[in-house]
Amino acid sequence: MTTMQEIFQSLTIVERMLVFVFIAPLVGGFLSGCDRKLTARLQGRYGPPIRQPFFDVLKLLQKENIVVNKFQNFNIVLFFIFTVFAGALFFAGANILLMIFSLTLSGTFFVLAGYSVGSPFSHLGAEREIIQIVSYEPMIILLAAGMYMATGSFDVAAIAMHKKPLFIALPGVLAGFLYILTIKFRKSPFDLSMCHHAHQEIVRGLTTEFSGPALALIEISHWYENVLLLGIVYLFFAFKPWLALVLTLGIYVLEIVIDNNYARFKWQLTFLSSWLFIAAAAGSNIIVLHWIK
Amino acid sequence: MAWFKRSPWVLHYNATSCNGCDIEVIASLTPLYDLERFGIINVGNPKHADILLATGSVNEKSKQVLKTLYEQMPNPKVIVAVGLCAISGCVFQDCYNVLGGVDKVLPVDVYVPGCAARPEAIIDGVIKACEILEEKYAQQKKARRTSA
Repeated sequence: MTTMQEIFQSLTIVERMLVFVFIAPLVGGFLSGCDRKLTARLQGRYGPPIRQPFFDVLKLLQKENIVVNKFQNFNIVLFFIFTVFAGALFFAGANILLMIFSLTLSGTFFVLAGYSVGSPFSHLGAEREIIQIVSYEPMIILLAAGMYMATGSFDVAAIAMHKKPLFIALPGVLAGFLYILTIKFRKSPFDLSMCHHAHQEIVRGLTTEFSGPALALIEISHWYENVLLLGIVYLFFAFKPWLALVLTLGIYVLEIVIDNNYARFKWQLTFLSSWLFIAAAAGSNIIVLHWIK
Repeated sequence: MAWFKRSPWVLHYNATSCNGCDIEVIASLTPLYDLERFGIINVGNPKHADILLATGSVNEKSKQVLKTLYEQMPNPKVIVAVGLCAISGCVFQDCYNVLGGVDKVLPVDVYVPGCAARPEAIIDGVIKACEILEEKYAQQKKARRTSA
């Protein structure tokens, strides 16, 4: 692990970004495959092979690309680019605030893609996506603030090199982040706009008008995003890299178990519960941290 | 290499079926048969689908829907007629309002017999449809190359 860190530190920022761009989809696709297998096992099914997400994406790339207007895929490409950029910034150890802006921008383009087509299902999906963004966005900002107060830096590299365990200083922020992680992973009970399971229902809304390569791009962006989010979880335990890796994967498994055990919330409950939980957990954590200092 | 065999996504439409075949289609998704182990997903959106599973004898009303669904599916695409009604109209074939089979409206590639079609037969039909998908993709590629 230490040798890996040394290799990582010897790279320039651009090289680190390139490493992320090439490795993250492989890791993300593999995690997604594990997700589907584990979900199937939890439901008493045998489940698809672990490589299944790659088969799906490769197939989608070979399908015809039906578009209803020329803006819809433009928005998806921007969504993809900004998601990758946010992840690349994070794994290059750059500023966490810039990463958050890029991630938010990618989310905005995804909503715009939903609105750019005529389908009412797609519009409904876009509205639900906005509600999700509003629900999780305060937590992302509190995350950056909390990490700054605990480590004195906004740089991901400095936060990762912090010697003290971050999760002891920021237990509430971690809890709040885990809460919104379910929204970001698009898992039950918060899978309002782009659910992975209920293909016939309105929760599949946002992707209604996207076919073939555009749908593949959405899926790949989702992989990048998942790797980035797990990277943020890693930061909380970064003082011991091996422990951090195990705990991060453990939290991913926990999310899958939650996904399989909870019914979907209504949007009102999603919004209210996440804001209340964020205010109670992360908000109080940051206030206490402020008093201690 | 074409990947359709590894991840065929299925769209299921009930064109005035008695629901017998539809229950069997859904039954093949259950843990006992588990279609997903072949990468088969039952999607609800024609724009995501590769294979159209149509059941029922098709009447004047469902004809339009069937056509629209087919037109919205991106190429390459395959149609599977599930059950005797979808093949010939079965006991309903003499009814004044019934067209008598999916192939009266759309070019059907695979016929799955049975009243109702058994889940094993449906899975077999979908696997056959995958091979036709690959063939269609190869033809498409060839046509594109010759025209370019």
